[in-house]
Amino acid sequence: MGGVTMPSGKKPKLAVWKFASCDGCQLTLLDCEDELLALAEAVEIAYFPEASRAVVKGPYDISLVEGSITTPHDAERIHAVRRMSKCLVTIGACATAGGIQALRNFKDVKEFVSVVYATPAYIEVLAKSTPIADHVFVDYELRGCPISKVQLIELLGALLCGRKPNIPTYSVCIECKRRGIVCLTVAKDMPCLGPVTQAGCGAVCPGLDRGCYGCFGPKETPNTNSMSTIWATLGVSRADLTRAFRGFNAYAEPFRRESTAHEQK
Amino acid sequence: MSKSDRLRTIKVEYLARVEGEGGLFIRIKGASVAEVKLHIFEPPRFFEAFMRGRRFDEAPDITARICGICPVAYQMSAAHAMEAACGVALPAQLRALRRLMYCGEWIESHALHVFLLHAPDFLGYQDAIQMAGRHRDLVQCGLRLKKLGNRLVALLGGREIHPVNVRVGGFYRVPAKAELQQIAGELERAQHEAVMATRALAKLKFPDFEQDYEFVALRHPDEYPLTEGRLVSNKGLDIPIEAFFDHFAEEQVPYSTALHCVRKGRGNYLVGPLARFNLNFDRLSRGAQKLAQDIGLVPPVRNPFKSILARMIELVYAFEEALKLISEYEPPAAPCVPVSPRAGLGHGCTEAPRGILYHRYRIDEHGIIEDAKIVPPTAQNQRTIENDLRAFVAARLRLTDEKLTWLCEQAVRNYDPCISCSTHALRVRITRE
Repeated sequence: MGGVTMPSGKKPKLAVWKFASCDGCQLTLLDCEDELLALAEAVEIAYFPEASRAVVKGPYDISLVEGSITTPHDAERIHAVRRMSKCLVTIGACATAGGIQALRNFKDVKEFVSVVYATPAYIEVLAKSTPIADHVFVDYELRGCPISKVQLIELLGALLCGRKPNIPTYSVCIECKRRGIVCLTVAKDMPCLGPVTQAGCGAVCPGLDRGCYGCFGPKETPNTNSMSTIWATLGVSRADLTRAFRGFNAYAEPFRRESTAHEQK
Repeated sequence: MSKSDRLRTIKVEYLARVEGEGGLFIRIKGASVAEVKLHIFEPPRFFEAFMRGRRFDEAPDITARICGICPVAYQMSAAHAMEAACGVALPAQLRALRRLMYCGEWIESHALHVFLLHAPDFLGYQDAIQMAGRHRDLVQCGLRLKKLGNRLVALLGGREIHPVNVRVGGFYRVPAKAELQQIAGELERAQHEAVMATRALAKLKFPDFEQDYEFVALRHPDEYPLTEGRLVSNKGLDIPIEAFFDHFAEEQVPYSTALHCVRKGRGNYLVGPLARFNLNFDRLSRGAQKLAQDIGLVPPVRNPFKSILARMIELVYAFEEALKLISEYEPPAAPCVPVSPRAGLGHGCTEAPRGILYHRYRIDEHGIIEDAKIVPPTAQNQRTIENDLRAFVAARLRLTDEKLTWLCEQAVRNYDPCISCSTHALRVRITRE
């Protein structure tokens, strides 16, 4: 895994790819209102259909991949994307964990199709929604539902100057401490997924007096079991514990394991 | 084979500058358009299925993930539907805050579409970055307006995309008066800038094309519609939102993962800025009305290419409305009203930037969702987009494939289609026979 070193005078080519997703993570790139024009000077935006009809042929130096793999066609397309990409970065909970649509992984997908569509035969989908890393090698990942603008700029900046991006893997708790937010669980008996969730959002929910709902997925080595025990003492039912871990990162392994442990058949 | 029998196909495999994945396929046989299909191949994500079994208060956060461009619309429609199901009404100040947050989303979404996605078509550029070469001021203006819309959403919602502060019953935390006032000066400057930009954009060249549409939008007794109202049309519809499925139906077509929504017994219809503008012109502020008249935009506007101007009028209105709401704001006593679930059915319908977004939920006495139904704006516009293209192409068969293809893409972008939404689409393909 490395940066993107370019021969002098040549701009690295950036591509943005979409799989099953809401478009919010790639929109984060367009939401960099202050940096967008400068970024367009530093890289060649070679493939970004949400923003441009122009297509510059691959290979690409940096590929940002949004969305999860949910159809047979996409399961093949991701390999083509990998072959065309020097550095492949997954962006957001769909690409890194399968997204909210991975809730189907816990159910029978055929039943899901018939709930939504009158003629299910027209719909071609895989039984599971899976993260990109289940299919191809991934160089870097940005977590979040959606990703953080600050982390996106940090990652692109780091790749352009050939250093390792600084993306912490510690918990949201660290961000609360830094912001001086009093712990919601300790002081107000509020359930909060912060202790097991990776930082990056800036503790946005606790800052609004709301418990973290885990949209950045599991932190490195989370102790989900201990956290569930504390939630239980706060009066959270087993069904609600299952739901809490079955959110936007439901299929990330530590959350998947914990939700299944509390599931009542 | 004589020339009149010549087959011609125009296809856009992957439509650019729209949200989501779709394509367009047009088959021309001699002098007539044989087939128009708006392909939507965005993979289905089955929200309505996995909502079953979730708790009623999870609906705003979960459904927001249908669309990263208009998450506020989803949160609002879901919250309203659940509040209706539980028999709760919001006090005036909480309602005003929701309206303010919605103004932020309209600003962000409209500025994105007008300046970064649609304007490049009118000026002949592949994208806004290329357009910034000669029209840097225009692009920078768009970015400034968009940024301010995002700031307003983040101020009330915690962040721009998938805000976290909306809940069934109100908010988690409400801002102090001073927090809102600090953005007022910038909103005023931006409003002025939006007015200037509207006048500049009015000078664009608009293709000569009009259709006799059925426009459908919300209508409120005294406000330009955002979060509530009755559903009305210019062809006699006037119903409470609860009667939605008595008058509208969803149909599945083999080439799209998005269901087509039609008005029962009538067929296709149009939702979005043009529909709102035409049906609610009298509810716009005096300033927005005057601006529209100045640039010659007077209802009924039947040229879909002029939707870019309707969006600009709404953008100006959203700034004005936001300033008004901020000046009248008094923080409510509590950030939310308590909501206890009860068994029942709830409907919510709000005006997403692209048009009406309808939600219906049935919940049990514990608040567990038994059934969910979501009808997004782009699903409602799909058939109208296809009809537009059929008529538009038929009158322009002499154009080269390249020109025609680009114009067709532009015609699709008139609707600011959000394919991620409609699948809970675009490539253009034209075949000539």
